[in-house]
Amino acid sequence: MSQPSFRQARWDEPIIFELGAPGRRGHIPPKPEPEVVEAIGPIEGLLPEELIRKEPPRLPEMSEPEVVRHFVRLSQMNYCPDVGLYPLGSCTMKYNPKICDLVASMDQVRWAHPYQDERTVQGLLAILYELKNWLAEITGTHEVSLLPAAGAHGEFLGCLIIRAYHKRKGQLAERKEMIVPDSAHGTNPASAAMAGFKVVTIPSGPDGCVDLEALKAAVSKRTAGLMLTNPNTLGIFESEIREIAEVIHDAGGLLYYDGANLNAILGKSRPGDMGFDIVHINIHKTFGTPHGGGGPGSGPIGVVEELEPFLPVPRIEYDGERYYLDWDKPLAVAKIRAFLGNVAVLVRAYAYILALGPEGLKEVAEVSVLNSNYLLKKLASLEGIEVPYGPERPRKHEFVVSLKPLERSTGVRALNVAKRLLDHGYHAPTIYFPPIVDEAFMVEPTESFGVEDLDGFAEAMRAILEEARAEPEKVLKAPYNTAVGRVDEVRASHPRTMALSWRMLKEKEGLKK
Amino acid sequence: MAPAHPYIPNSAEGSKRKLVEFLGISDPDELYSDIPEGVRLDRPLEVPGPLPEQEILRHVRGKLSDVKTALDMPVFLGAGCWPHYVPAVVDFILSRTEFYTSYTPYQPEVSQGMLQALWEYQSMICELTGMDVANCSMYDWASALGEAARMAARITGRKRILVPRIIHPERLEVLKAYTEPAAMTVEQVPYEPETGQMDLEALKDKMGPDVAAVYVENPSYLGFIETQVKAIGEVAHDQGALFVVGVDPISLGILEAPGNYGADIVVGEGQPLGNHMNFGGPLLGILACRAERRFIWQMPGRIIGLTVDSKGRKAFCMALQAREQHIRREKASSNICTNEALCAVAAAAYLALLGPRGLRELCETIIYRSHYAMKRLNELPGVKAPLFKAPHFKEFVVNYDGTGLTAKEVHEGLLEAGIHGGKLLTGEFPELGQSALYCVTELHMREDIDRLVEALGALLGGDRP
Repeated sequence: MSQPSFRQARWDEPIIFELGAPGRRGHIPPKPEPEVVEAIGPIEGLLPEELIRKEPPRLPEMSEPEVVRHFVRLSQMNYCPDVGLYPLGSCTMKYNPKICDLVASMDQVRWAHPYQDERTVQGLLAILYELKNWLAEITGTHEVSLLPAAGAHGEFLGCLIIRAYHKRKGQLAERKEMIVPDSAHGTNPASAAMAGFKVVTIPSGPDGCVDLEALKAAVSKRTAGLMLTNPNTLGIFESEIREIAEVIHDAGGLLYYDGANLNAILGKSRPGDMGFDIVHINIHKTFGTPHGGGGPGSGPIGVVEELEPFLPVPRIEYDGERYYLDWDKPLAVAKIRAFLGNVAVLVRAYAYILALGPEGLKEVAEVSVLNSNYLLKKLASLEGIEVPYGPERPRKHEFVVSLKPLERSTGVRALNVAKRLLDHGYHAPTIYFPPIVDEAFMVEPTESFGVEDLDGFAEAMRAILEEARAEPEKVLKAPYNTAVGRVDEVRASHPRTMALSWRMLKEKEGLKK
Repeated sequence: MAPAHPYIPNSAEGSKRKLVEFLGISDPDELYSDIPEGVRLDRPLEVPGPLPEQEILRHVRGKLSDVKTALDMPVFLGAGCWPHYVPAVVDFILSRTEFYTSYTPYQPEVSQGMLQALWEYQSMICELTGMDVANCSMYDWASALGEAARMAARITGRKRILVPRIIHPERLEVLKAYTEPAAMTVEQVPYEPETGQMDLEALKDKMGPDVAAVYVENPSYLGFIETQVKAIGEVAHDQGALFVVGVDPISLGILEAPGNYGADIVVGEGQPLGNHMNFGGPLLGILACRAERRFIWQMPGRIIGLTVDSKGRKAFCMALQAREQHIRREKASSNICTNEALCAVAAAAYLALLGPRGLRELCETIIYRSHYAMKRLNELPGVKAPLFKAPHFKEFVVNYDGTGLTAKEVHEGLLEAGIHGGKLLTGEFPELGQSALYCVTELHMREDIDRLVEALGALLGGDRP
């Protein structure tokens, strides 16, 4: 049986508060000029005594090399897609082109202030203006707002627009229900609820897609809209999308597109053409910007012409000579964050689209789908794995398999296989999602990995499943080769042991003494 | 056949053929056969490219060539996005690919680096603010305030939020966007015209047993320090409301921690802690609170916890996930998923570099420079700086009413002289007359301030645009 050779760095790195020594300095800010000090005199009297800190904040006291070493050591204990396959389904962990980082780190981006006079930032406005138009073209929508900071933030804005639309029609009081399939991302129902809607969950049909009859039964005069991703979270394209759109529109609702899976259909099909009214785009997924260990991302939304008046201000406009911000849109919904959006992320997306062009974007989609179906076919042949929901249909950029047969025969669960994959030098897929699949393994290889990487992953899966039958204990106790062993997640959330900060930790230790 | 694309290994003909043959198809497009005719795109997308890498660089450079920033001219803008020096170490740490290309640490065993860095960020925010728990980031200050208000409503079961009249208009707008769908109301408390301080009597009048939270900012949007924070917190607590305080974290190197004057929840903008302005984003929303159970369980966003691994070694993982959208769906405490984690790592590195001493010295330099600017501007005929009789930190209102010039005219004149003045306040606070909000930090050298004063002096001397 092939044994994994991967070894992650294992620094026994102290908590930063345990490093350094009193008096050490990592950065010294400039002193005020003597003339300034002379003109102002002692500053003690400038602040009210009772609002001056009595005790300095308990921050580390470290030299510069110590700070660098600490964070570099930490970084070595963090897996990332630049070292290997990171097939986290729904998250599109593709390669992040370095040229995109380079252009986003230019001084004109970094040092620009969002309230600068428009005449001083024409180039930045031009980039944002062009990008929003490209995103509208890619999604088949009429107008795009770059404001939201993440996909879920875009969903929230989309839901606020749905609210504003029904309010404008005088129907907000009745239209309180947002329909969400049971296979949807958790953010969909959470965003709808935040925007004041009651969530109505509809079951998926036997093919894993929206059950048209269930949908018809769910819509009514109370329907505000339907939130859907296409391809859906099983990686299956909702072929009846036009019929779905018709049912929702006939009921007076709006159709919302969760853009998490847009990568699969770039240049092949557009949400706007499918009948979606509002579309969010996960820039950090589809347009190759780094995920930042959890963010920043960017979640622009596109809307059809009828909803354009509801997009928040300011709008970035161009009058043929100059770019400017238009604040005069009386129907605009309120902003959901300050300024214009996550510009440093958006500039990367601008470069990404330039690097790929129309053919390249289509190639992204096709190869992501090829890679996904290739890997699915390889995994589907392994004992212990089954493919739920119409295994004969092609998947798109991601697929979901069930490890239920393995669990039944060996007691080894999806979680354990995921942990054992880490030992083989792969990030685990998304597990236990979507909730409609038992022991779910949601795999999204992306277009950024070659056939050898996919073969390597399939081989690791084969070895793990074989190990699970021969030596289940070994898999159940995985991982072994990572910076730490299996982490006790229950302890982290238990009221008695919970330590969410250094302060809380010290307090708990103090109580024990 | 088109040449392989550099980002797509399997776009090479031979590799692709392997995949296609294994799948028993003749063309990748067959995998799209389930997309009905009417929704297939039958033309190329109308976007530019592909460009070779060097042309991308040239193209973007060309676009940005006319952009002028704080590196090209003194810029005195702040208002929620502030110019501060970012130490080279911070950018170096953020450029570690292990941090910046990874994602949410769903698999803690291979993600200890990010988890520990975020836990350290949370811990340092707690030290700064005097709170016990911080989440590992919100999108920005404004959305953090919106979430804090909803959190206060869930904790208290009440729907009214009282905020100062002097608040960033964008922040107020975002607060309303977040709270309106929850049937909450936001009311503004007037201020003392002379000092900008919250009108305590007006606050008491508006106060009632239905108020979920009273919110103040310190320093305020217009730069002055709200000196009555303790009393305001007491008014809130007397009626069972929460006291929420918004901060610029840099100021906490010298200003009292809100936890020491009664704050229950602290929000703020973490961008000044090692993050570039980036034309306003990404930013870093701070949200911290007390360690009470009723608080912690209502917090939005990711929270990292310290725990142990199977061998009893120190380890970190995401804690309290049962609050979050991927578990609780429509009953979650928030919908936030992707956040601003990398900006939080920047903040952790920044605070570790500065330490308590460096942060204090930084605050002192800022106070010296901002007060020097106020003093010199105030010496100009007809110019009033600061407008409010109150202590200030790094921002202040400059009023031009006595000069005969409008704020817009001053702005134009300064720009012509190669200086970007403060943010005009005429639209948002008409009662302040012809005024602008200026920001001075450690980046503004004495000569920058002197240039501003001279240019403004020249304008007043009749040298009008």
